Amino acid sequence: MGLLSDPVRRRALARLVLRLNAPLCVLSYVAGIAWFLALAFPPLTQRTYMSENAMGSTMVEEQFAGGDRARSLARDFAAHRRKSGALPVAWLERTMRSVGLEVYTQSFSRKLPFPDETHERYMVSGINVYGILRHLAASTESLVLTVPCGPDSTNSQAVGLMLALAAHFRGQIYWAKDIIFLVTEHDLLGTEAWLEAYHDVNITGMQSSPLQGRAGAIQAAVALELSSDVVTSLDVAVEGLNGQLPNLDLLNLFQTFCQKGGLLCTLQGKLQPQDWTSIDGPLQSVQTLLLMVLQQASGRPHGAHGLFLRYRVEALTLRGINSFRQYKYDLVAVGKALEGMFRKLNHLLERLHQSFFFYLLPALSRFVSIGLYMPAAGFLLLVLGLKALELWMQLHEAGVGPEEAGENPPHPLTQGVGLASLVAPLLVSQAMGLALYILPVLGQHVATQHFPVAEAEAVVLTLLAIYAAGLALPHNTHRVVSTQAPDRGWMALKLVALIYLALQLACITLTNFSLGFLLAASMVPAAAITKPSGPRALYAALLVLTSPAATLLGSLFLWRELQEAPLSLTEGWQLFLATLAQGVLEHHTYGALLFPLLALGLYPCWLLFWNVLFWK
Amino acid sequence: MAAPVRIFLLVLLLLGPGGWGRAEPPRDSLREELVITPLPSGDVAATFQFRTRWDSELQREGGTDHSFLRYAVLPREVVCTENLTPWKKLLPCSSKAGLSVLLKADRLFHTSYHSQAVHIRPVCRNARCTSVSWELRQTLSVVFDAFVTGQGKKDWSLFRMFSRTLTEPCPLASESRVYVDVTSYGQDNETLEVYPPPLTTYQDVILGTRKTYAVYDLLDAAVVSNSRSLNIQLKWKRPPENEAPPVPFLYAQRYVSGYGLQSGQLSTLLYNTHPYRAFPVLLLDTVPWYLRLYVHTLTITSKGKENKPSYIHYQPAQDRMQPHLLEMLIQLPASSITKVSIQFERALLKWTEYTPDPNHGFYVSPSVLSALVPSVVAAKPGDWEESPLFNSLFPVSDSSSYFVRLYTEPLLVSLPTPDFSMPYNVVCLTCTVVAVCYGSFYNLLTRTFQIEEPRKGGLVKRLANLIRRARGVPPL
Repeated sequence: MGLLSDPVRRRALARLVLRLNAPLCVLSYVAGIAWFLALAFPPLTQRTYMSENAMGSTMVEEQFAGGDRARSLARDFAAHRRKSGALPVAWLERTMRSVGLEVYTQSFSRKLPFPDETHERYMVSGINVYGILRHLAASTESLVLTVPCGPDSTNSQAVGLMLALAAHFRGQIYWAKDIIFLVTEHDLLGTEAWLEAYHDVNITGMQSSPLQGRAGAIQAAVALELSSDVVTSLDVAVEGLNGQLPNLDLLNLFQTFCQKGGLLCTLQGKLQPQDWTSIDGPLQSVQTLLLMVLQQASGRPHGAHGLFLRYRVEALTLRGINSFRQYKYDLVAVGKALEGMFRKLNHLLERLHQSFFFYLLPALSRFVSIGLYMPAAGFLLLVLGLKALELWMQLHEAGVGPEEAGENPPHPLTQGVGLASLVAPLLVSQAMGLALYILPVLGQHVATQHFPVAEAEAVVLTLLAIYAAGLALPHNTHRVVSTQAPDRGWMALKLVALIYLALQLACITLTNFSLGFLLAASMVPAAAITKPSGPRALYAALLVLTSPAATLLGSLFLWRELQEAPLSLTEGWQLFLATLAQGVLEHHTYGALLFPLLALGLYPCWLLFWNVLFWK
Repeated sequence: MAAPVRIFLLVLLLLGPGGWGRAEPPRDSLREELVITPLPSGDVAATFQFRTRWDSELQREGGTDHSFLRYAVLPREVVCTENLTPWKKLLPCSSKAGLSVLLKADRLFHTSYHSQAVHIRPVCRNARCTSVSWELRQTLSVVFDAFVTGQGKKDWSLFRMFSRTLTEPCPLASESRVYVDVTSYGQDNETLEVYPPPLTTYQDVILGTRKTYAVYDLLDAAVVSNSRSLNIQLKWKRPPENEAPPVPFLYAQRYVSGYGLQSGQLSTLLYNTHPYRAFPVLLLDTVPWYLRLYVHTLTITSKGKENKPSYIHYQPAQDRMQPHLLEMLIQLPASSITKVSIQFERALLKWTEYTPDPNHGFYVSPSVLSALVPSVVAAKPGDWEESPLFNSLFPVSDSSSYFVRLYTEPLLVSLPTPDFSMPYNVVCLTCTVVAVCYGSFYNLLTRTFQIEEPRKGGLVKRLANLIRRARGVPPL
C-alpha cells in the first residue's frame, strides 16, 4: 500500500489511470469477451469426471425389459386421456396400485395473474397423482421420477415407461431409498403445487390440498418427457429456475449411462463435437455454450426439474427426441438408462455435493468451472470500475498536479460532489422501475376497459408503454435543484450510476453467471462512454440498443439463430411480446426473479445513464 | 403412518410393582409362538415371539422411582443380518430346533417390513412385590411381500416363506405354537384355507378386531409326526381384490417443512379416523439440541381450530448435553386430522462435531404416540344390531378400547455444512485477504494526502542557506 499512500507515486499512478483510461477500458472489455469465447476451447474446458465415490466405482446391471408393457400402458393412458379430456386420475390410481405402489392424489388450483396465451390457461385446476415405492427401512430419503403432463405435452409414452419401470422396481429388493413416481397435470404448475405441498410451504399463492403421503428428504429427481414409442436421441436439460444448476455429478451419471447403453445424447439439441483438434469442434462447442448461456440467463425452468432445484433437490430433465435420423432406440433402451441412473442414485450415502454446482457446458462431456469463467465477467466489470475511478479522480481533482491546481483555484462548490442534485433522478428512476413492476398486472383491468385489448396484451403493452415513458420522463429534474457546476452534476450522477450498475452486475454474476455476463456485455460499453457532450445522437442510439429490453430482443434473435431456426423481424417481435408476458407470468407462478430484477434493478439504473446523456 | 423398520433401543426400566404376573411364574420357562396373518393384499405377516423368565435375587422396596426412567433412541440404525445373529444367540435353542429354525437371514430380509425387538422387564412374584423375576421377550415381525417374493401369487406355505419347515419343538420350550389367522373377510363362507387342517381354533379380540386363529401345537405329537415335518399352507379360496387396506383409527405422519438451511418446521399429523369417538393421545418428542425449537411457535390445530393440549411438559435442550423433550396430551376429535407444528432454527455445529458424512443430514428421532384407541368391534354399527341389547347397556370396558404405541418415521434434516475440501480453504483464505485489503483500500479512498513542505532542512541545509543569504543568493 506504500505505492498508493505516497502522494508522489499516487499522483503518477492517478495520471496513468486518467491518461490510459480509454485504452485500458477497451482492452479490458475485449479481454472479457475474448476470455468468454475462449471458454469453448480445450485448455479452458475440462473433461467431466465423476466425483461421487458412491456412484462412480460400483457397477450395476440393468435388467429392465418391460418395453411391451410400457407401450401398452402408454396406449391405455392416451386412450383414457382422450376419453376424459383431462388426466385420467382413476386409471392412474388403479394402475399404480396394481403394480404395488402406495398411491395418493393431490388437487390444486391457481388463478394466474392474467391469461396465459401461450398455454391457453387462466383459471387452472388439476390433480397430481403419485405413487410411493417403499423400501425395507424407514422412509427418510427418496428419489423422484416425474412426468409432467400438460395440454401441449401429452407425454403418454413417458407415463407408460414410468409405470413399467415402477413395476420392475417394485420386484427388486435392493432399494435403500423410497422412490416417488409423480404424474403432474398442467406440467410445471402441477409440479410447483406438488413441491410446495411436499415441503408444506406456500410461495406462489397456489391453492392445493395437503399431501397424505410423504417419503422423507428427496435426494434427487429426474423428469422425463417422451412423446413417441421410439427415440433417436435423448436431450438433457439442466438449467433450472433463476439459472440454478444441478450438481454436475448428476449430469455425469446420465452421460455414463448414455455411453454404456450406446444412446445418442445431446445437450441443447447439439451433439458432442468429435474432433477437437480442428476448428469445427470448438466452433460447435461455442454454439452449445452460447445456447446454454442464453437458456440459463433467461432464468426460466427448462423442464419440470427446474423447480426442484430451489428445494436443494438435484434434478434434470430427459427429453426423448424423435427426428429423422436412421438409428432409433425403443423404450427399453431409455428405460435401462433410467434404471441404471436410479440404481446408482440409490447407492448415494450423502446428498450430491462432491462435484460442481456452478459450471458452463460447451459439450456434454466437457465443462468450464467457476474459477475459469469468472474472469470473463471480471474483465467486463473492471471497465465500470476504471470509469468510476476516473470520474472520482476528476471530481476530487486528485489527478491534477499542484501546479495545474494552482492555476485554476478550486471553486467552493467543487469539493463537495453536490449530492442533492442526485436525489431527484435516483428517486424518479426508481419510481419508474416500481411502476414497471407493479402497474402492468395491477392495471390490466383498467386497460381492458378503455382499450380494445385482451388482458395479456394489456399487460405487455402497458409494460412497453411504461418502459418507453421512462425515457421521456426524468431528464429535466436537475435544473430545479442545482444551477452551478453542471459538469460536476452529471459526473456525480454517472459515478453513482456506474457503481450501482457494477454492484448489481457483480451480484447477478455470482448467482447466475450467464445473465450477469450477457447484461454486462451489452450494457457496459454504452454505460462507460455516455456523457452529455459529443455525438449525443450516437450515444442515445447506442444506449437504446443496449437497454435491457433491447438485450432481451437481441438474445431472442441470437437464440433462434443458434437453434438454426432464424426469425424474421415480425416473428421476432411477436416472440418478444410473448416472452415479456411469459416473463411476468413466470415471476408470479414460479417465483422467477428475472422480471423484478430487470424492472426494479437494471431498468432504473439504465435510466440514470439516459439521464446523464440528457443532462443539459 | 408408522415406518416399516427400525431398531429402537428402548430401555424402559419401570421398577416398581407392576400389575403383571400375580402367580409365581415357572423358572426358566420358554414359550415360543409364531403368528401368521395373511393380508388381503396378498402379503403375509409373520410374527415370532420368544419369552423366557428367570428369577432374580434383586430385592426392592415398593414405589416407583421416576429417576430410574430412561428413554433413548437411535434413529439412524438400519436393521441387517448383523443385528439378527446376536439376537438369535439369545434364544435357548439358538436356531437349531423349534420355531427358530425358520429364522433364516436371507429370507427374513427379503421382505418389505422387518422389525426386531428385545424387551426386558421385571415381573413381580408376589402381591407385595418383594421378589422379582425377569422376563426376556424377543419379537420379530416381517411382512412377506407378494410383489417381491410371490411373483404376484397369493398362496403361501411355510416353505415358500422361510425355505424351511418345522420338524420338532425346542426341547427346552414349555409351549411352542403356530397360529394362523383364518378370520374370514366380510362374507360368512371362508375365504382362506389352511393345510393341514388345524386341530383347534382360537378366538379373541386382537387390537380391537375379532380374530379367529388356527392353532398348531408343536408339542402335540400328532401335529408333527404325521409327515415328520409341518409345512403349513395357505390357500385363498376366493382371491381378494386389490382393494385399499383398511385404515386404522389412529395413525401419524411426520415431516420437516420449509426449505433452505436457516429455519424450518417440524410437523406431525395425527389422524383420528374413528367416525364418532374422540380420544386422547400422549405425544412424546425428543429433538436434538442442534435444532433450536421456538416453543412459542408450537401450534396444534384440529379441523381448522386451535386445540389446547390438556398437559404439556417441556424440558429445554442444553447445547451438547441434552435434547429437547416435549410431551403433550392432546385430545383428537372424531374423524379429524390434528397438526402439531413447531418451528426451529438450525444451529451451526463446531467443525469437529460433524459426522463423517455431514452431507447426509442429521437424524431426528421419531415421535412416540401412546393412546387408548377405540376398538373396531365396538365401532361397527352392524355388530350393535346383531348383538343382544344388554351389550350396549353394559359396554365391556376391556374390548371398547385398546392400548397402542406408535412411532412415526425418523426425520433427516440437513444442517448448514461447510464444504470440507480444498475450495473451502481457498474461500476462507480469499475472504481473509479481501478483508485485509479492504481496510487499506478504504483508507486510501477516503483520505486525502497532501505534501507538507519541510519548513527547515537539516543543519547542513540551514548552514548553506545562511551562506546563500549572506551572498544574496535565494535560499534552497
